[in-house]
Amino acid sequence: MIEFEAPVIDWAVLTPVLVVLAAGVVGVLIEAFVPDRGRRTTQIVLTLAALTGSLVSVVLLWDRVTTEGYAFVVDGTFLLTPFTLGIQAVVAVLAVLGVLVIADRTRTGQDAFAPTAAAVPGTTYEDAAREAGLQQTEIYPLVLFATGGMLLFPATDNLIVLFIALEVLSLPLYVLCATARRRRLLSQEAAFKYFLLGSFASAIMLFGIALVYGFAGTVSLEGALFVLVHPESQVLEMMPSLVIAGVLLITVGLLFKIGAAPFHTWTPDVYQGAPTPITGFMAACVKAAAVGALVRVVFTLAAGLDEPLRRDLEVGLWAVAILTMLIGTVAGAVQTDVKRMLAYSSIAHAGFLAVAFVGFSETGAGAVLFYVLAYGLATLGAFAVATLVREQDADGVVLGEATHLSQWAGLARRSPWLAAAFSLFLLSMAGIPLTAGFIAKFGVFSAAVAAGAWPLAVLGVLASAVAVFFYVRLIVLMVLTPPTEESEHPEHVEDGAEPAAAGTSRADDAAPADDAAPADDAAPATGTLTAARATLARASVVVVASRGPATVAIVLCAVGVVLLGVVPQVALDWAAQAATFRPLQP
Amino acid sequence: MDLVNYLYLASILFALGATTVLLRRNAIVVFMGVELMLNATNLALVTFARLHGDITGQVLAFFVMVVAAAEVVVGLAIIVTIFRARRSASVDDVNLLKS
Repeated sequence: MIEFEAPVIDWAVLTPVLVVLAAGVVGVLIEAFVPDRGRRTTQIVLTLAALTGSLVSVVLLWDRVTTEGYAFVVDGTFLLTPFTLGIQAVVAVLAVLGVLVIADRTRTGQDAFAPTAAAVPGTTYEDAAREAGLQQTEIYPLVLFATGGMLLFPATDNLIVLFIALEVLSLPLYVLCATARRRRLLSQEAAFKYFLLGSFASAIMLFGIALVYGFAGTVSLEGALFVLVHPESQVLEMMPSLVIAGVLLITVGLLFKIGAAPFHTWTPDVYQGAPTPITGFMAACVKAAAVGALVRVVFTLAAGLDEPLRRDLEVGLWAVAILTMLIGTVAGAVQTDVKRMLAYSSIAHAGFLAVAFVGFSETGAGAVLFYVLAYGLATLGAFAVATLVREQDADGVVLGEATHLSQWAGLARRSPWLAAAFSLFLLSMAGIPLTAGFIAKFGVFSAAVAAGAWPLAVLGVLASAVAVFFYVRLIVLMVLTPPTEESEHPEHVEDGAEPAAAGTSRADDAAPADDAAPADDAAPATGTLTAARATLARASVVVVASRGPATVAIVLCAVGVVLLGVVPQVALDWAAQAATFRPLQP
Repeated sequence: MDLVNYLYLASILFALGATTVLLRRNAIVVFMGVELMLNATNLALVTFARLHGDITGQVLAFFVMVVAAAEVVVGLAIIVTIFRARRSASVDDVNLLKS
């Protein structure tokens, strides 16, 4: 009989992830036991507390991990390096801001989520649920689980834990995408596409993991690196092609999550269809986490590849970076929908990030860390602004978000502060000096130059210049172009409009209602489209006032973007300190 | 018997699954393609475990099964939602987001 020896677990090291996942479990219990009235408040408080707690434990672990170089639990199943902690800090900060936007119900008294996401759009059951004032508070535990997965994703040395973290972060997001209150068909479609393509990509990554296990005989990343450097494995002699196939497939899976071309096709659809607060959360946090994991995994494995293979991988990443920047900027310039435009901008940013991957160096890792923070703040802020610019029908009832670009004309006159904040975020994304985006792009491009990839850096600068065009176009539209129709409606919805809330979204859901009883397969799609256009023509644009949290998030994002741009030194030092992505002595 | 043959089989099954995902129209069938890919991976993992004389691969196969089950729950829920709203599970009909 073998004596079972309990592993020694350093719980302190696990806290950043553990706090969030435990709060997610508690959140599920809250759904069951806390009465309806207090449930939403309880969930929000719990979620914010958990995420803040995670951030605090990252800060507390900081000194220990940076001085010792690493901290791990059970053979690196959970492994903290300074880089990992840096990514976790970024994810936790962005998640707190994201939850603030998610929790905001605005003056209309409605959040962005369907009363019951399970109800078929346009049915009496849906109407009944809406009139009964049901709310889907499961959103918060789902966000917590997703965040837990994101925190775990870059924090492991074990490839199978990497896969599980990927699923833990993805599965809640698939569900969250389908929960929009308005334009529910689009929202469900986004979830559908995200799910099919996402599970396809994770299957590809899993096969890559199996191949790496095949040649290394271990799923530990450092173990695989050791085998690559000291090739003694018989299987490796038998099938040397396992190495490049395995590394490539894992890279593809991770590039998919980042939204880099040619694996980007899901991004615009999902970002457009998902509820806007979720889009912001997803765009900022998932990208940070996935980039963190990619740097950890691919940089580490690349260190063990021999010269020709390493060159091949590098050429592949060059191609990905160029293609992604190109597609992001060119396609972004012709979009007519704000959310779609921001999605393409997010693709372009994935390209700029990929520029820093070349060389697989610590300089690159530090630049990436700063970049995801700068990008995340600007993107989250921009989507938060997009949640407040709404359509309004003739009766003054506030509908869904006004996402068509023409509806944003003259926004600066309706709401100068909001337009100013949005412009700031756009300028940061464009990389204008004195904003965070400039420092971030500078860091990324100089990392590429340091790695000898100056043509890539030049291309990156050119792509940024093209990108400036479409960001500035939107700013010009908001500031200089007069609104298409001078609206007589009050700037903000009166509090008195709240009782109308029940009827509110019914009018807005007219589109799905049209195809409640579709005659054939083609009819619903066209029916919905025309109805959606009709609504567009009827509606005027208002800026609804936030109830607070979203404003706080926007202000914090704006302050962050400016501070990172004007006094970047603190953050740059921090990123440089956190650039070590591998444990120094494994 | 040569264990490598199992690896060839796993690769073929994986490629079949990937082809199914890329070519088939029905969402359920597409999803079955993903499942086939995951199970091909399981076969590869178990074979490698045997090749290395190491039990990790077999344990991993169990992890993959659990994750695949979780994926089925979420995936089928989403596909059923789409089907109830549109009376169709064809991938091609889900096209409102095309610009």
